[in-house]
Amino acid sequence: MSVSAPEIPAKARTGFKWDLKTVGPLAALALLVLLGITLNENFLTYNNITNVLARSSFIGIIAIGATFVITSGGLDLSVGSMAAVIAGVMIMVMNWLIPTFGIGWGVILAGMAAGILLGGVAGVGNGLMITRGRIEAFIVTLGTMGIFRSLVTFLADGGTLSLNFQVADVYRPVYYNGFLGIPYPILVFALVAIIGELVMRRTAFGRHCAAIGSNEQVARYSSINVDNVRLITYILQGILVAVAVLLYVPRLGSASSTTGVLWELEAIAAVIIGGTTLKGGYGRVWGTVVGVIILGLIGNILNLQSFISPYLNGAFQGVIIILAVLLQRPKRPS
Amino acid sequence: MKLAKTLMASVVIATGLGGVALAQDDTVTIGVSVPAATHGWTGGVNYFAQQAINRLGETYPNVEFVFASSPDSPKQIADIEDMVSTRGIDALVILPGDPDAMTSAIKQVKDAGKFVTVVDRQLSIDGVENLYVAGDNPGLGANAAEYIKERLPDGGNVVILRGLPIPIDQQRFDGFMGSIEGSNIMVLENQFANWNRDDGFRVMQDFLTRFPEIDAVWTQDDDISLGAIEAIKQAGREDEMFVVGGAGMQQIIQAVANGDALTPVDVSYSPAMIATAIELTTSHFTGGIQVAGRYILDSTLITQDNAEQFLDADSPF
Repeated sequence: MSVSAPEIPAKARTGFKWDLKTVGPLAALALLVLLGITLNENFLTYNNITNVLARSSFIGIIAIGATFVITSGGLDLSVGSMAAVIAGVMIMVMNWLIPTFGIGWGVILAGMAAGILLGGVAGVGNGLMITRGRIEAFIVTLGTMGIFRSLVTFLADGGTLSLNFQVADVYRPVYYNGFLGIPYPILVFALVAIIGELVMRRTAFGRHCAAIGSNEQVARYSSINVDNVRLITYILQGILVAVAVLLYVPRLGSASSTTGVLWELEAIAAVIIGGTTLKGGYGRVWGTVVGVIILGLIGNILNLQSFISPYLNGAFQGVIIILAVLLQRPKRPS
Repeated sequence: MKLAKTLMASVVIATGLGGVALAQDDTVTIGVSVPAATHGWTGGVNYFAQQAINRLGETYPNVEFVFASSPDSPKQIADIEDMVSTRGIDALVILPGDPDAMTSAIKQVKDAGKFVTVVDRQLSIDGVENLYVAGDNPGLGANAAEYIKERLPDGGNVVILRGLPIPIDQQRFDGFMGSIEGSNIMVLENQFANWNRDDGFRVMQDFLTRFPEIDAVWTQDDDISLGAIEAIKQAGREDEMFVVGGAGMQQIIQAVANGDALTPVDVSYSPAMIATAIELTTSHFTGGIQVAGRYILDSTLITQDNAEQFLDADSPF
């Protein structure tokens, strides 16, 4: 037990050593880009790249939160349903406030605040049940996944919640416009990724996450407040889900029970492809970003060609995911 | 004390049973089982089922309904078993989530002597159900194709955004391809968009990147259409093409009624078919009318002229 704990920080510091484990996701990404270029001449166009990055940014922002949760040995299966319910509530709040605030940014900012608040509260709920309630993270978030999904179905009456048309018009640019030609979702994703990477590498919180995921008992003996660090990872996850939703709502201006379906699995897949260990103890945010882009490109490339039957899309995706992880598996212990 | 309690309990149970026995003499119980509202269309199914049950319950005081909405096949099987064993239903109206998984369970209900109505999805064995009520899936594809052919008499490029890889999707797709055959319409590509707006947006974005010339988009479902429309608007290509969806979502029908150039038509495949099935099944018991057989609802082309009759402000879909 005590063998693995000291080994981990050492690994984190030698992060720039070019072993296969580090190069794995980058190699997979490079291969995909090459494949994309050969299959379609429009692949590298500005529009295609920004399309793929902008629509991957939701999963990306959520997956950065998931990197912290998974690194500290936890798991959050509820993020997709949480995103749907936050989107639904945000839309309802905005529609409801129109008579008070009128059409404009006041309503949208109020909706955004409600979204962030709800995300934080959902994170506190998950986190408290896991840390203070001593229930497995898998069970708690499996439960809340069902609860959130039913809630959004209930709020939407089984149909779709749509944002008031005029408000949607004001809000739309948040997804579709950008700064210096880079769409806002990509900028927010980049910003969250940079802050995430710094927090993971340079702060006590980041090191505590890895220590807890690696060996909870040892972390406890090192006077780390295990419960609080865990709780914070779930709150962080909830808030990041809300940030993703702030960018998601202006895209289609609606939420329904299909919103965010399977996002939890995509986020977890991106984290694992990026080199974070599912058992916890070691995480890297930049890897997660690469993982998200890989997943986004797979879907894009499948749509840009016609060799692979659409029936086989899932299989192709599975193969790429397994390959990316295979390229970075640890060396066999001698 | 204990004896008194036991006696009291027995009396309560006996009265209860007696009540049921009495009620069963002149009451008909109809079980209605539908999949949970996981997307817009099944949301509509739940809405129209509830509405029909409320209406018929008022009209016929001696008809009682048992309603269940199940998220998956195992739960739906358990629900209909409960209906037979504990609620003593006389008839079952079921829209099976996955018809192949449900077939043998539904056959058991039929073998127990109940009247069985199957809605929308064909079971894997023929002749299980007394009554089959469904929309016209091949017709949904064929009618969309006919309209596209009419709009593009000199030929043109079409991309297809399909639903999920299940039999209904294949029937619609085959209906479309059969109708397109022999014309100058060229199908550039088809991909699954899973009856989902986000996937519609994603797949359409990629089609727009890949094909410089698209004249028409067939999505076979209005949820997918809404995502595709956003992608087309983002690319600024809304003047180059039009979108034909399906199923008759209120938002799209409203656009058709308003003469929207991007969505000139829609093809109906209304979730209200569940209400048709419940009505017919009820009249089998209340009116002594023969209703057994197949009842296929048309997949009508909804245009600006007839859009009014498909609008329903209360429908969630």
